[in-house]
Amino acid sequence: MSQQSSSSLRTPLGRVRGLGAAKSGTDHFWKSRVTAVANVPLTIAFVVIMLMLSKRDYAGAVKLVGQPLVAILLLLFIGSATYHMRLGMQVIIEDYVHSEGKKVALLMLNTFFAIAVGLASAYAILKIGFAG
Amino acid sequence: MARTGPAERPLSPHLQIYKPSITMVMSILHRITGAALFFGTLLLVIALVALASGSSAYGTVQAIYGSIPGKLVLFGYSWALFHHMCGGIRHFVWDTGAGLERGTRMKLAWGTLFASLGLTVLAFVAYLAG
Repeated sequence: MSQQSSSSLRTPLGRVRGLGAAKSGTDHFWKSRVTAVANVPLTIAFVVIMLMLSKRDYAGAVKLVGQPLVAILLLLFIGSATYHMRLGMQVIIEDYVHSEGKKVALLMLNTFFAIAVGLASAYAILKIGFAG
Repeated sequence: MARTGPAERPLSPHLQIYKPSITMVMSILHRITGAALFFGTLLLVIALVALASGSSAYGTVQAIYGSIPGKLVLFGYSWALFHHMCGGIRHFVWDTGAGLERGTRMKLAWGTLFASLGLTVLAFVAYLAG
């Protein structure tokens, strides 16, 4: 028995109860729902901003994205959307890819992609915002 | 002789066994649009990085996105976005335990489709009018 279990009053059964086969309980489901709820208003804001952007030239677009409210809404959308899509793609990979090696590699790629897209977008928005 | 490998036959019935129903089609579309949106974020990050890079980079992106194939992709992306959003709202209803009766779930599934198409048309009209 490990140090932790001998110093804890919880039984081994009590520690794993409710956590299921993936050992993470409802954590994945809950994070997926929290980001989904956030995505509803943020998606509407995102579409409105994109429609406004489509009518502007370069200078106008920089000015629009540089506005604090627009930049903040875009940052929130990107944060919530990339987190949500990582969770969703994880489930798709786990459903269809059964070879353990391929699955682990794709799950890593999934995380890398989500973080790269999120960080690159955030950097671009902040650069535009702080330059103005 | 003892069987050593897994059975060759399908162990459980899969999609092709069932007669398609609207709830099933909406479930499949929810996953397909989700996966499409995953890759669709590339459209956003490319536009934002181009905008941060300067006018010539942004001009190139504008030319590609503004072309006919570009517009078609963006139209498809916005439908996928709205459809996945409406499907998500349907899942919020189901998460509470409501709306799972046969008649209600069929209405919710059709509602998802009509709402997503309606929102896409609305956004397209706003694009043309704005």
